[in-house]
Amino acid sequence: MFGDYSIGDLGSIFVMQGFAGLILFSVYVLMALGLAIIFGQMGVINMAHGEFMILGAYVTWMTSNLFQTYLPGLFSGYFFLAMILAFFASGALGMLVEWVLIRHLYKRPLDTLLATWGLSLMLQQAYRSIFGAREVGVELPQWMLGSLRVTDSIEVPINGVFVMGLTVLITIGVAYVMFMSRWGRQVRAVVQNRIMAGAVGINTAKVDRYTFALGCGIAGVAGSAFTMIGSTGPTSGQLYIVDTFLVVVFGGAASLLGTIASAFSISQTQSTLEFFMSGSMAKVLTLLAVVGILMLRPQGLFALKVRK
Amino acid sequence: MNDSRFTSRSELIGILVLAVFLVVILPLCLDVFRLNLVAKYLTYAFVALGLVICWGYGGILSLGQGVFFGLGGYCMAMFLKLEASSVENTKIQSTPGIPDFMDWNQITALPFFWKPFHSLTFTIAAVILVPGIFALVIGAAMFKRRVGGTYFAIITQAVAAILTILIVGQQGYTGGINGMTDLRTLKGWDIRPDHAKIVLYFFEVGLLFACIFVAQFVRHSKLGRILVAMRDQEDRVRFSGYSVANFKIFAFCIAAIFAAIGGAMFALNVGFMSPSFVGIVPSIEMVIYTAVGGRLSILGAVYGTILVNFAKTSLSESFPELWLFGLGGLFIAVVLAFPNGLAGIWGDYVQPRISRFIGVRKPKAGWTDNSVADGAPAE
Amino acid sequence: MSDETNKGLQSAFRRKLLMGMAAIPAITMLPRSSYAQAPATSAVNTTGLAVTDTEVTVGILHSATGTMAISETGSIEAEKLAIEQINAAGGVLGRKIKFIQEDGASDWPTFAEKAKKLLVNDKVAAIMGCWTSASRKAVLPVMEQYNGMLYYPTFYEGLEQSKNVIYTGQEATQQILAGLNWIAKEKGAKSFFFIGSDYIWPRTSNKIARKHVENVLKGKVVGEEYYPLGNTQFNSVINKIKLTKPDVIFTDVVGGSNVAFYKQLKAAGIDLSKQALLTISVTEDEIDGIGGENIAGAYACMKYFQSLDNPNNKAFVPAFKKMWGEKTVIGDVTQAAYLGPWLWKLTVEKAGSFDIDKIAAASPGVEFKGAPEGYVRIHENHHLWSKTRVGRAKLDGQFELIYETADLVEPDPFPKGYQ
Repeated sequence: MFGDYSIGDLGSIFVMQGFAGLILFSVYVLMALGLAIIFGQMGVINMAHGEFMILGAYVTWMTSNLFQTYLPGLFSGYFFLAMILAFFASGALGMLVEWVLIRHLYKRPLDTLLATWGLSLMLQQAYRSIFGAREVGVELPQWMLGSLRVTDSIEVPINGVFVMGLTVLITIGVAYVMFMSRWGRQVRAVVQNRIMAGAVGINTAKVDRYTFALGCGIAGVAGSAFTMIGSTGPTSGQLYIVDTFLVVVFGGAASLLGTIASAFSISQTQSTLEFFMSGSMAKVLTLLAVVGILMLRPQGLFALKVRK
Repeated sequence: MNDSRFTSRSELIGILVLAVFLVVILPLCLDVFRLNLVAKYLTYAFVALGLVICWGYGGILSLGQGVFFGLGGYCMAMFLKLEASSVENTKIQSTPGIPDFMDWNQITALPFFWKPFHSLTFTIAAVILVPGIFALVIGAAMFKRRVGGTYFAIITQAVAAILTILIVGQQGYTGGINGMTDLRTLKGWDIRPDHAKIVLYFFEVGLLFACIFVAQFVRHSKLGRILVAMRDQEDRVRFSGYSVANFKIFAFCIAAIFAAIGGAMFALNVGFMSPSFVGIVPSIEMVIYTAVGGRLSILGAVYGTILVNFAKTSLSESFPELWLFGLGGLFIAVVLAFPNGLAGIWGDYVQPRISRFIGVRKPKAGWTDNSVADGAPAE
Repeated sequence: MSDETNKGLQSAFRRKLLMGMAAIPAITMLPRSSYAQAPATSAVNTTGLAVTDTEVTVGILHSATGTMAISETGSIEAEKLAIEQINAAGGVLGRKIKFIQEDGASDWPTFAEKAKKLLVNDKVAAIMGCWTSASRKAVLPVMEQYNGMLYYPTFYEGLEQSKNVIYTGQEATQQILAGLNWIAKEKGAKSFFFIGSDYIWPRTSNKIARKHVENVLKGKVVGEEYYPLGNTQFNSVINKIKLTKPDVIFTDVVGGSNVAFYKQLKAAGIDLSKQALLTISVTEDEIDGIGGENIAGAYACMKYFQSLDNPNNKAFVPAFKKMWGEKTVIGDVTQAAYLGPWLWKLTVEKAGSFDIDKIAAASPGVEFKGAPEGYVRIHENHHLWSKTRVGRAKLDGQFELIYETADLVEPDPFPKGYQ
């Protein structure tokens, strides 16, 4: 298939394709990070993760509308505020959900799955009732559209660069919070031994609530960022959920490094395959490879604990 | 419950009540349309029944039961589709005698794996064996490596996602997203008119009871008790010298085969099969039927399935734009407040009063002989 | 929906509607019938449909929930508007139309179940409904078994024809060929890149398009790609487009994927004012989600655009907005859904009966002069004769009409040489 093209063309395409893989990688990391925290640290399966993302997207949409109406001069910067608002909106909802629902179910991890699935149905319907069944279009500031021209034939999309930058920032932030801060130590202590942690004076209930909220908040930021590349509608969240779970499981839960490694391998496999075959087949082959490897190595790439 | 007999008296009464309900009351009260709806609901009851064994007793939550439901359904649908695609029925196609969707996709000969489905015997064997073997492979790979709990749930989910994409993507061989529609006859017998629907309903109820008896048998045998022991203290069972993995594989296979039978009955009753039963959403919904009925109650699974589906149908008829709230709320309520589902409510509240009322002191009936293992409140 | 809520809604709508009603030429053009002259029920309804001396019941069957609710909402709205207008103009054979709405929930078996319920329990005289091909395929055997009448609004892949269905949208050859001819002539296009969602409609449409490009236009298809429904990552295929540099990108991506595709296309630096793109899946409804700035310059091949400049449309658009809000947009399918109740009414009046068999027989030749898209007529094969148009997307989310066929295009669901 490459016979007809010049070496220069092919070279540029390979560079751009590599970049496409990196964007996909960032998207996967951003999707999975919030879930990795919740699932990995707390063992809770949050099936409503996608709906928390979409909440972030809707917050972004509302912010952009507000800026257009009241502060058109500052429109070019609204996105940063929107992401912060999305973080707090999804985080606050997460906190509420933890308080009402999740805290009663820590000893029944499989049941959290069912309850959060119910939650996701209700959230979808709530979005539909509030924002309408149709998709909403989030208008982006002009500078975020279009591409950067690196050379004559190599162009990289600005929103891709933005997502990559955001992913790096958030990953560093999460790593810092988890491994450097006092609060992160508390979280890890609770994960490792809840009773002992409680005994040394850590408020385990509070740690749980904030961990869950943090995970949901990151989902909100991800949703906000994805308004640049995807759709915003009541059911858009469902598009992400399977990929997200696979990334987390493939990486081996409880391991942030694993999540990143698995996002990298899945995204590179997929984007390479996509170049040589139809997108549909590429997706199937990638998923098959993931499940195949999981059959051989069920604990995932980087496992801390998996058996029961 | 230490009763090792096949069924206890109260269970026998329960089964009789269900039999009267399904065989006498429903057919007398409902018109054929509603009865056919119940037949559709009952196909899911097979899945729920399997989940009681695999999830309630074995502690293995599979979020991929739709896969087995779909495999069973597709096997049956392939047979029916071949029969519906006789040469005279498909005259207008460029290649007569093959299913219409193949013709649309420029396939000019029947693919090799379709050919055996001309035979009903092969089809019935395939309905059982294909999902059974598939479950065996997945189960062996997972349980031998001691993967369980949430990991297993998510991996089964991924399998469901893959199979859906495959079926949709290979539309020349599978009918794609449209599925296999317009199934007409079974060995020349038209499955569409009302009287056929009634016959199929009773046939299905018969099969359902057969499955209920198998489930009862599994539960009351030593095997069932090992499953429960395994769910509650896996390591102790393993240290006692049992091969935990083999028992889990067995429970998973039973659940898969039940689901497949349900799928095959679905194809017969509804007259088509589509990938929308294979994916994640239906698979999780099937789990909720079991949860509503009571994950430990074999009969509860049947009632739960009927109740949820009835609620779904009637809610969506009266409030088409709000029924998701109801359904979502039901998920949450069952998990939070009634982890033992309908059967739990029955055993905890209703039955003691009935017993007191009729003045009989009986031990708590067999429906809820043990509660959800980890069902204690967190705090 | 229960009768009470129906009535409440209807009367509220009617008050709003009646105000703008007088201005609608569509209504005034049609023969008026009045409640007084209603023929006897026993004469016009011999098969036990839900027809009384004053009322006739029809069904509306679309997804109000689930992923397809995004697309189908517009159709529901259009059908309700048409029913209101018909009632305001005197109803059908002197009978007021009452509707029962059912939710298909984006789930094909549910569509079949609800269709059966509407036909068997409610005995509706017609069903306006379905959107995706899969839902229609699921409903079709039910319609044929219980002898119902379905008015199906979506442009679709063809390869189907039924006594029990009137296809008010275009079939694939009707929609695609004129657009391809135009772009080949206008832009001198020789090489095409196809990208679609992975299911029957895009695959069939692309098959027809490929045959036309290769055999008639003597051009070349340099790529044909499919992505799963709901896919949100298109960077790889965009790179392939950059590599192959086609004259025209021909797309039939649907749903949420659409939004992702155009956003990423724009971000990758493909400028639609220079790179020709012809889509058969983006209507004004979709642009709402995509954002006008991401798709401006693209060409769409449809039979209707909201911006069409004709008297019918000038009455239809304000009436629609009056009922459903200023911000709503009207796409091709929404307009086709609007045709359903009107075509049914006209056919019933032509047949002088609600009986399905008589309607099916009377359908060919029924003309609707008040259609927002202009004049339409039902063909012997139960599809519509209609014009095909090419529009260019503008920043504000509307299309600017660039080209329309001079004559009505004949529907040809089983095109010779394209299979």
